[in-house]
Amino acid sequence: MIVLSSTWRDSKRHLFKFSQEMSRAGSRLDSKKVNSELFTLTYGALVAQLLKDYENIDDVNKQLERMGYNMGIRLIEDFLARTGSGRCYDFRDTAEKIQTGFKIFLGITPTITNWSTAGDEFSLCFESNPLTEFVELPDHCLNLKYCNILTGVLRGACEMVQMEVASWFVQDQLKNDSVTELRVKFIKRLEDAIPAGED
Amino acid sequence: MVIYGVYIVSKSGGLIFNHDHNIPRVETEKSFNYPLDVKLTYENKKVVVAFGQRDGINVGHALTAVNGNPVTGRELEDGRDVLEMLEQPENFPITLKFSRAKMTTNEKIFLASMFYPLFAIASQLSPEPRCSGIEVLEADTFRLYCYQTLTGVKFIIVADPVQPGMDILTKRVYELYADYALKNPFYSLEMPIRCELFETNLQTLLETIEKSGISNV
Repeated sequence: MIVLSSTWRDSKRHLFKFSQEMSRAGSRLDSKKVNSELFTLTYGALVAQLLKDYENIDDVNKQLERMGYNMGIRLIEDFLARTGSGRCYDFRDTAEKIQTGFKIFLGITPTITNWSTAGDEFSLCFESNPLTEFVELPDHCLNLKYCNILTGVLRGACEMVQMEVASWFVQDQLKNDSVTELRVKFIKRLEDAIPAGED
Repeated sequence: MVIYGVYIVSKSGGLIFNHDHNIPRVETEKSFNYPLDVKLTYENKKVVVAFGQRDGINVGHALTAVNGNPVTGRELEDGRDVLEMLEQPENFPITLKFSRAKMTTNEKIFLASMFYPLFAIASQLSPEPRCSGIEVLEADTFRLYCYQTLTGVKFIIVADPVQPGMDILTKRVYELYADYALKNPFYSLEMPIRCELFETNLQTLLETIEKSGISNV
């Protein structure tokens, strides 16, 4: 794990808190912190590289989603191990847990809004987004979903707890919207994948 | 107080990690005269004591060496058959070394995949819906603790029956797994865990618990 000091540029920037947020009584694992700017820049480098590698912006979006998926299927274990949270039997639980996840891994708390009447769709609104801190989209990248990795992370993480979800950006601060809005939709429970003793 | 071993079984039932922590090595060497007064048989590719328990040699112990030469299966290194050799009076007096049979990796994989349906059966047998499956399995010499995560991975710890705090330990091992196995970019899911960092951190955790108890973890 990366542990960096906070001396990188002005110290007012908050640190990401990967683990110490959740009180794990007496755990001795080091609290792992990393400077948010380093993370922002690393992600920027990744997206910029993908834009070089793929001519087509749609391919970049797809690739980001795939990378996110692969992160999500691993990250979920970290989330479960740290929070000790149980299974969700309602999508509202899921929404809250996703919110907690953002708090743990990105240090931000998106607001949960715009519930659909069926209760199977909601939006996460980000006032600020560490991924886009220093970013402005050039004209030829208007189709780029810069934060598309997040949709992949959500899909991967939920799939591992036997839930199929879809998510997409409906508003984006990079495209001059006032907030960034990520819409999350519940598709189905993956009944076949539920482990014995859980069904 | 002792922790004997840690096992991790993947979602699909395969053993992806095992760690023998503290299994006491029982070894006895003794000199015998003709005729041999313990009964030996050949089973499971080992020569084992079938009857005649004495001087720390117990029923079930396996023959590991004859006159200091190691035994593999039922043969000595030079190809002589051990059981035939022990029937010939001219080979005596003879020194035999016995020890408790060690589980091979194959046997461990076999047992791990056997535990998997047992766990499933337990959750189906339950009179109440939503049963968790086997969490603790108790015997006179050990207790087995099993923690299944929401994603279906099982963390199994075999420990002394009086060792406290093992249910907390399974969750700590889960944290180590999330940190050192899953964050290792070269580890692919569902595959055996061969991550040195995971192993060393687990070792440290187990030693701390044995020395100073679960409250310090």
